[in-house]
Amino acid sequence: MINKVVANADEAIKDITDNSTILFGGFGLCGIPENCINALVRKGTKGITAISNNAGVDDFGLGLLLNTKQIKKMIASYVGENAEFERQMLSGELEVDLIPQGTLATRCLAAGYGMPAIFTPAGVGTEIAEGKETRNFNGKEYLMEMAFDAPFAIVKAWKGDSAGNLIFRSTARNFNPLMAMAGKITIAEVEELVPLGELNPDYIHTPGIYVHRIFKGENYEKRIEQRTVKAKV
Amino acid sequence: MLDKNGIAKRIAKEVKDGMYVNLGIGIPTLVANFIPAGINVELQSENGILGMGPFPTEGEEDADLINAGKQTVTLLPGAVIFDSAMSFGMIRACKVDLTILGAMEVSENGDIANWKIPGKMVKGMGGAMDLVASAKNIIVAMQHVNKAGESKLLKKCDLPLTGVNCVKKIVTELAVIEVTDKGFKLLERAPGVTVEHIIKSTDANLIIEGEIPEMSID
Repeated sequence: MINKVVANADEAIKDITDNSTILFGGFGLCGIPENCINALVRKGTKGITAISNNAGVDDFGLGLLLNTKQIKKMIASYVGENAEFERQMLSGELEVDLIPQGTLATRCLAAGYGMPAIFTPAGVGTEIAEGKETRNFNGKEYLMEMAFDAPFAIVKAWKGDSAGNLIFRSTARNFNPLMAMAGKITIAEVEELVPLGELNPDYIHTPGIYVHRIFKGENYEKRIEQRTVKAKV
Repeated sequence: MLDKNGIAKRIAKEVKDGMYVNLGIGIPTLVANFIPAGINVELQSENGILGMGPFPTEGEEDADLINAGKQTVTLLPGAVIFDSAMSFGMIRACKVDLTILGAMEVSENGDIANWKIPGKMVKGMGGAMDLVASAKNIIVAMQHVNKAGESKLLKKCDLPLTGVNCVKKIVTELAVIEVTDKGFKLLERAPGVTVEHIIKSTDANLIIEGEIPEMSID
């Protein structure tokens, strides 16, 4: 089997240069690649175009790269949890492209499936349809949306092996397997790096062919954004 | 006049046995608390859950298990987890029977605006544009007027649209209103609310036929 293992986050991201486009897995703070985000802060990579469903919060997740002004452009579906983000966007420091969540997911899927574009009804008749090609199928309008073409994807999985096969846990799956498929170079950080053969082939979510570098992440904080509980009965 | 729980209680009556239901953030999330016993539904959360359960008890929270509002939740027996593309795939393919979401404005032809106030607030559309473009049945849960006292039920939306010609029903603290081919039709009024009060709080025309019943929420 091909060995994809690298030592750590710093080694995994070492060839990400300034002005790169990077797909980041995660939904809110759930399933985000904490180690690689911290490594990008350390490396000081600038001018990043970040494609991610959300933009983190002020002091965690992609918010860390926003605070250091390392992100030039953000492509996301929902950014409501980050005050610094809103400030940079309204002042024009940060370029922002908001796109529907399903469109974001399916543009990744298309890239991973080798399809150049998708047709979706999301956004028809709204300002996000402006300038986009539309087509009518069976009496309904659809927007043509292009597959992502990104040099890097950074995802976080629960378990992985040296061949790059990945399994995600619970809703920390979200965009991770999609973004893993969409990167030209995909970096996976995992909570557990297990020996070859330990993962049941039937239960692998992302085949290793989509993953180029894998390492065991350290010190996961796994911060909860909205801790909601009910009373014990 | 209804409070938020009252609006959620009334909407829960629209939930029928066997439905797959997507609940948006805010009042729609509360609907889950009022689905009557004996009505079996599965709640879909667009970050990748079917069969979402209630909030966990303290100490049971799992950072890897959240809903689309980023709140900690639980899974019911028989629940399933999937990725975001499959989640919106089942939404786009009209497998989800009912979508309940909030709005800043709704127009009389069923247009909805809920993602942006130009120059002031830009949070993004999240999954709302995908949901409203494909859902079979969309119910809006919202306050009848905004904080400035202006009607949110309009002839035409002023804010950037989320979707066109898609909302089927609106439940507010004052009324239940259906979106028909001819515009808003008043179906029910909230306890203690007069038809005149509803007309005064609605910027668009209201179709009013016969006696308007008071809604029952219990």
